[in-house]
Amino acid sequence: MTSAVLPNSVLANENAFASRRRNQLIIAGLIFAAVAALPRFVTDVYMQNVLILTLMFAALSQSWNILGGYCGQISLGHALYFGVGAYATTVLFVKYGVSPWFGMLAGGAMSAVLALALGWPCFRLKGHYFSIATIVIAEIGLLLVHNWDYLGGALGIQWPFGPDNWATLQFARDKIPYFYFALGLFIVTWLVTYFIEESRWGYWWRAVKDNPEAAASLGVTVFESKMAAAAISAFFTAIGGAFYAAFVAYIDPESVMAFRFSLLMALPAVLGGIGTLWGPAVGAAILIPITEITRSYAGGGGSGLDLIIYGTLIMVVALAKPEGILSIFRRSAKSENAS
Amino acid sequence: MSTEALIQVIASGLLMGLIYALIAVGLSLIFGLMDVVNFAHGEFLMVAMYATFGLWLVSGIDPVLLAPAVTALLFVMGALVYLGIVRYAMRAKANIGMVQIFATFGLAILIQGLSQYFFTPDYRSISNTWLGGHTLNVFGVYLPWPQIYGGVISVLVFGGLYLLMSRTDFGRALEATREDQGAVALVGIDRNRVFALGWGLGAALVGIAGAVLAIFYYIHPQVGATFALIAYVTVALGGFGSVFGALVAGVIVGLVEALTAVILPSSLKAVGVYALYLGVVFVRPSGLFGRL
Repeated sequence: MTSAVLPNSVLANENAFASRRRNQLIIAGLIFAAVAALPRFVTDVYMQNVLILTLMFAALSQSWNILGGYCGQISLGHALYFGVGAYATTVLFVKYGVSPWFGMLAGGAMSAVLALALGWPCFRLKGHYFSIATIVIAEIGLLLVHNWDYLGGALGIQWPFGPDNWATLQFARDKIPYFYFALGLFIVTWLVTYFIEESRWGYWWRAVKDNPEAAASLGVTVFESKMAAAAISAFFTAIGGAFYAAFVAYIDPESVMAFRFSLLMALPAVLGGIGTLWGPAVGAAILIPITEITRSYAGGGGSGLDLIIYGTLIMVVALAKPEGILSIFRRSAKSENAS
Repeated sequence: MSTEALIQVIASGLLMGLIYALIAVGLSLIFGLMDVVNFAHGEFLMVAMYATFGLWLVSGIDPVLLAPAVTALLFVMGALVYLGIVRYAMRAKANIGMVQIFATFGLAILIQGLSQYFFTPDYRSISNTWLGGHTLNVFGVYLPWPQIYGGVISVLVFGGLYLLMSRTDFGRALEATREDQGAVALVGIDRNRVFALGWGLGAALVGIAGAVLAIFYYIHPQVGATFALIAYVTVALGGFGSVFGALVAGVIVGLVEALTAVILPSSLKAVGVYALYLGVVFVRPSGLFGRL
């Protein structure tokens, strides 16, 4: 009797699971379509700029979330991978005339290899030791680029002016193509997270995050799992860096490798809900407009008001909603089911 | 490079190293007590420097005499930060490590904003002090008096800290709390009170460092960030929680930084320190004297 009942209930569970996953995809598709329609309504160039940055940081934070959220390795040095992507694309394009599309992939591959090389020693470190090592490594990268004449040193590299063109990712007159590129990048990182979440890697990462010793005893290859998460995360972070370089058309060490980028990649995920599918997007949608708007309206003249608002926001969310803003909805959904 | 020049470099590095140790020890103490890394530690230093500057500006009293007042102020600030923020961060039911990191990061940004709001982003410096601009000539080796003062203060503070930790009830309560937080409650020690005092002490220590640094270093809202990374590296190098480790690591950091500046362009002098730190933690993940 029981043997007949059990497979049925398992089957029912699996069906429910599959339909929930399918529903998630459909909802995501609708959200992406709604976002894609936004430029029709937002015609102000400044606000378009804010939208582009929001999508870019959503994509970056989604990439950070793979290593920091799912695998639990809090990196505060992702500015390094962002910078590698930006510099690889810029140098290949400006000095050698290589298409930014290729440069982007080259930068991504370089970052992934770099993440593996750095992960090999760093993943032996635990907790705060790991986080501080990532800050230090990114800082070494920043200092080296600063003093590296081939990369333009402290002066940086300017992209040449060219005609608006998808082939060279240059759009001087109309910023909307950048909006679609950033949206595309976000969708790709979302889909990668979506598919990985329920794959073997996804389960392994969460096991490593919750308890590495227990995971190892159950046969999870802890070290390899962390390495895979780091490489995937670094790859997409570098693509984001390449996009940013094309978008601003001028890079220097401070503008692409400063510590605040590492923070800006981690914060949306933390704010929205770390290790969740939608957390980085929700966090970025709140954080980036606030950052940009306070910077332009309250930050004028360096009064510091923007930093006061921004710092207070981070502190309050960290203390009041440790699981991120998304946890508000999850709790209400749970109580609805109960009632 | 002549022997004299080398001695000069080593002596300067040693003095700066003692000051780095003084900056870092409060961070290490707090971590050892309750496993919390204060990511606003550099901003505590910055507040101490601005406090010294502000008091000097208003009263005209020499910074050397202002040090006790600044230290006391930072003690209060540290205790209040624990009672008002960190205490709640430690109650988080989820992602507790993350909550601590970002709560203190938010605080750091808030303090930067406040200092920019009240003091503007301009670089400030304290002028016409007893020690500023004077150097001591020891057989051809020139040592600036402010750094000598800092080094001496650092040695005295570490000596005092050793006595405090080993000879007083407060020190024993601190030690007991870091060993076993649950058991101390049973013998009537109020954990919250010990933590608040621990944060006060940690902040007071960086307060002394700030009062010293304000004499010879430019004061601006980002000054904390400059020293914070050195402090994290020092603490991680010496081993989180180890007071003695912070002293040794601070001196090593000062020396390596000074020697790196001889070999590489001075804008790269921190690279030597970072490389040494990475080399050490990759071999010994818990630092030189860590007790992980």
